[in-house]
Amino acid sequence: MSRLPQKFTDWFASKGWQARPHQLEMLELGLEGESALLISPTGGGKTLAGFLPTLVDLAGPHETHGIHTLYISPLKALAVDIARNLEAPVDEMALPISIETRTGDTSHAKRKRQREKPPDILITTPEQVTLLIADPHAAHLLRSLKCVIIDELHSIVAQKRGVLLSLALARLRTHAPAARFTGLSATVADPDALRAWLAKVGTPPVPLVLGKAGAPPSIKILDSVERVPWSGHSARYAIPEVYEDIKRANMTLLFVNTRSQAELLFQELWNANEDHLPIALHHGSLDVNQRRKVEAAMAAGTLKAVVCTSTLDLGIDWGDVDLVVHVGAPKGSSRLLQRIGRANHRLDESSNALLVPSNRFEVLECTAAKQAAAENAQDSEYPMTRKLDVLAQHILACACAGPFLADGLFAEVKSAFTYRTLKRERFDQALDYVATGGYALKSYERYAKLKQDAQGMWRLAHPQLALRYKMNMGTIVANEMMKVRLASIRVKLGKRMVMGGRVIGELEEYFLSQLAYGDTFLFGGEVLRFEGMDEFGALATRAPGKEPRIPSYAGGKFPLSTYLAERVREIIANKQQWQFLPPQVRDWLSLQSWASVLPRADQMLVETFPRAEKHYMVCYPFEGRLAQQTLGMLLTRRLERWGAKPLGFVASEYALVVWCVSDLSAMIATGRISLAKLFDEDMLGDDLEAWLAESNMMKSAFRNCAIIAGLVERNFPGKEKTARQVTVNTDLIFDALRSHQPDHILLRAAWEDAADGLISVERLGAMLKRIKGHILHQALDRVSPLAVPVLLEIGRVTVQGEADDSLLAEAEADLEREASRLA
Amino acid sequence: MIPFSPKQRPTLKERPAALPNSAVPDRHRIELAGVELRPDMSGALHVPEFAALIISDLHLEQGTSLARRGIRVPPYDTAITISLLESVVKRFAPQRLIFLGDSFHDAEGETRVEEPLMARLSAIAEGHECFWICGNHDPLPPQLLAGHAVEQLLLGPLTLRHEPKRLRAEEAEISGHLHPGCAVAQRGRRVSGKCFIADGRRLIMPAFGAYTGALSVFAEPYQRLFARGETQAWLIGQSRIYKFPLDRLC
Repeated sequence: MSRLPQKFTDWFASKGWQARPHQLEMLELGLEGESALLISPTGGGKTLAGFLPTLVDLAGPHETHGIHTLYISPLKALAVDIARNLEAPVDEMALPISIETRTGDTSHAKRKRQREKPPDILITTPEQVTLLIADPHAAHLLRSLKCVIIDELHSIVAQKRGVLLSLALARLRTHAPAARFTGLSATVADPDALRAWLAKVGTPPVPLVLGKAGAPPSIKILDSVERVPWSGHSARYAIPEVYEDIKRANMTLLFVNTRSQAELLFQELWNANEDHLPIALHHGSLDVNQRRKVEAAMAAGTLKAVVCTSTLDLGIDWGDVDLVVHVGAPKGSSRLLQRIGRANHRLDESSNALLVPSNRFEVLECTAAKQAAAENAQDSEYPMTRKLDVLAQHILACACAGPFLADGLFAEVKSAFTYRTLKRERFDQALDYVATGGYALKSYERYAKLKQDAQGMWRLAHPQLALRYKMNMGTIVANEMMKVRLASIRVKLGKRMVMGGRVIGELEEYFLSQLAYGDTFLFGGEVLRFEGMDEFGALATRAPGKEPRIPSYAGGKFPLSTYLAERVREIIANKQQWQFLPPQVRDWLSLQSWASVLPRADQMLVETFPRAEKHYMVCYPFEGRLAQQTLGMLLTRRLERWGAKPLGFVASEYALVVWCVSDLSAMIATGRISLAKLFDEDMLGDDLEAWLAESNMMKSAFRNCAIIAGLVERNFPGKEKTARQVTVNTDLIFDALRSHQPDHILLRAAWEDAADGLISVERLGAMLKRIKGHILHQALDRVSPLAVPVLLEIGRVTVQGEADDSLLAEAEADLEREASRLA
Repeated sequence: MIPFSPKQRPTLKERPAALPNSAVPDRHRIELAGVELRPDMSGALHVPEFAALIISDLHLEQGTSLARRGIRVPPYDTAITISLLESVVKRFAPQRLIFLGDSFHDAEGETRVEEPLMARLSAIAEGHECFWICGNHDPLPPQLLAGHAVEQLLLGPLTLRHEPKRLRAEEAEISGHLHPGCAVAQRGRRVSGKCFIADGRRLIMPAFGAYTGALSVFAEPYQRLFARGETQAWLIGQSRIYKFPLDRLC
């Protein structure tokens, strides 16, 4: 017998629906006060399933004393939509339930009102929950909290946002011990990790409720009549065929992995757009208003296609999308399934997806991804845990809420899944950092943020610190972005004047800083000419008809998942799998087995060959660009020491090529180089250390940690200063800490971030372990078919392995040569 | 996860100063009003003709100054800057030391320097003929250090002052204040650093302090200071200085 009240059954019936089994299961658990994890595909009535127990609980007359249910969504824009969708059943059943939203945009007056007269249901974001627990009135506001719903849990847990949220949830549990925690998630690789994430450490994982699986997606890989290129990321060859598909479909979403790919694809489609189809572009650098316009047009059904990046990965329905095209490899099976789920939100019909590989290795990867998706095999990331910078921010948040004892807070932090392995020593270090800065040689006692009173309670040293905390909290550290404004040119007294106009979006400072005046680039689907900078940012004019300076492919944003990498290695090794490959790719692999060799799935192939007076070594770890870039750095250091005179290297997603002056084949044959030693795990020791000291990646990881941990602040009360004006150069602080206090907590935090992020040390370590004793060497007299793609990348991508100084020396020498020619 | 074991190693800032004199490629010469100037990796400027070493924008106690505003950067900048100063002074063994202003990050900076460091700084000041040019951060001359406090200084045909000024005819100037920096894009990478910038009549020195950042030579304050087409930048790399014309920079 279901516990769904008649009123609700009638409401479902009035819509021509009936409550789904997983919705009833969630209701049952919820009414028992039990936490739960619901895994269900999009379109399965997931949101309603999460809210149903709350609605039933509050269906009768009740007095509102405080927030009953907190609903947390990762997207600010989603909060408003969710509220609207929830108001429909509440109004139609005339339920006495108040629903409000609270995001970064919520007015001060509304916040104040929410504090005085809290709604039953508050729909909000992770950051707002953290601000809530940092409020001195938190205990009062949360005293009657019964339920916390976290939407898109699979996406939140993989980010620092999730780590911060899990600490806030631990605090919520302290305020409202009886509250239940409900997670809503897409299908993931490891549901048990999410079940444990939702539970208090030491209690059993929360029960799992599974929604009915949707119809399996129908995935095709573009079987092009054109030649699939060896390398590159533009997929230009496929544009006519993709265009035809767009024409046939009702509405198409075209996913790519990076902003620059989105710009390129949009440009190519625009050139092919003879029928003047309404095609739009959506990515994170575009102005928010422009993005909202595209979303509105999608919802209204006035668009035929949208080219987008991960900005449209999450969210509610925006329209009748019936085809998802993924241009470039999806890099992970879970990501692919999530994106395919953006099409056709009806459960019983399969979504249509088309994969468009942009090169031959991507054909292999797409084939692996298609097979994995057909088996519904998941490779989503394990929840992120134990970030020290996030812990530091949380400690300050707790101090803003009120005085605390270190023992109590440590116990609470450790009750969060994400910090279950935290050592007391580390916690104390973080607390000391928040209190005084954590410096060994000279104390900042007098500038302390926290002070301990006679009872041992830690207190905020000054009330103004709470305001500063609020202005700087959060874990999303964007790249330094600069506004791009459309400029107009005026000639005055023979002088060219550039006048700034309206803002058209933002670009990474890094990208802009590489442009010279007059360079053209793609932005927002237009070719722009860079005109210079002013105090507000970059200035650009339209340059229609000009050839854009192609933006460099910022690959490696999502590394190929370990799971897909394994499948790709199997496809290569197993000839029976080749029947699923297009003939031209099959021929390519056959040619490889004839000209060189194809490795078994557990082997790593290393090829050495001479070419144009240089000697090349290509290996195929399939571990993604980041891990292979790190490998390249470390290998070249070693080869340098062993006298091979390496000149440079390039890493692709699949392979790594190093080129040298010395004859590598001969050095290996005579035993001067041992491949087993070259690829030995011990490279992750001193060599890594030495490289990191100079690595820009460590500096960038440090910068993020310094911001999250509040060492440097981006916003100051009372002063509208831009980030640039108050920026303390974190690179210089990094240098000072490395030389004077190498055990400082922020260096450790940066190191841990870099290790599993930008430099992928953990993945590299696992790979070196895997190939130990399984290196297959092939000395060739010429380049092999498998090596061609990565060799072609050499001319296109940044050559790594060059120290900054050698680049400067080269630039200077170029100029001197030029000058001597003129002389 | 491999164990976290950072080792003490020389930082980029210390490394060049630790090199023996002969190992420092000092092939660059900057000529200003007929005076030969030698830019150094440390950011100092050597003037052999006058046996002088010019140092700009030490910004001592910048760390504690920021800490007072709640930004608690590591309190190691003064120690790093003084060590670097000691090594560069030892290397060039000048008779005169000229500080181009902003030697302390704020007016009370001098009183916050810890005793052992102050003693080392005093030893440097007493061992040389020192000139302390006042800057906007330290408008008053140092009270505890030996030397002459001046608004500006004439070194032969050269005027030395903190902030660059509009030049009179035939005037040539060395100044600091702006903390010039620049970058070069090569092979898709961008390499940036502090720099000297000069056009034959005017030279602006990089900031010497450990936490002093850099302001791009394309920023607004440099406009109208330099003659287009004749301006060069001497970019401080990790092992030596590189010279570029303005139009090669980004």
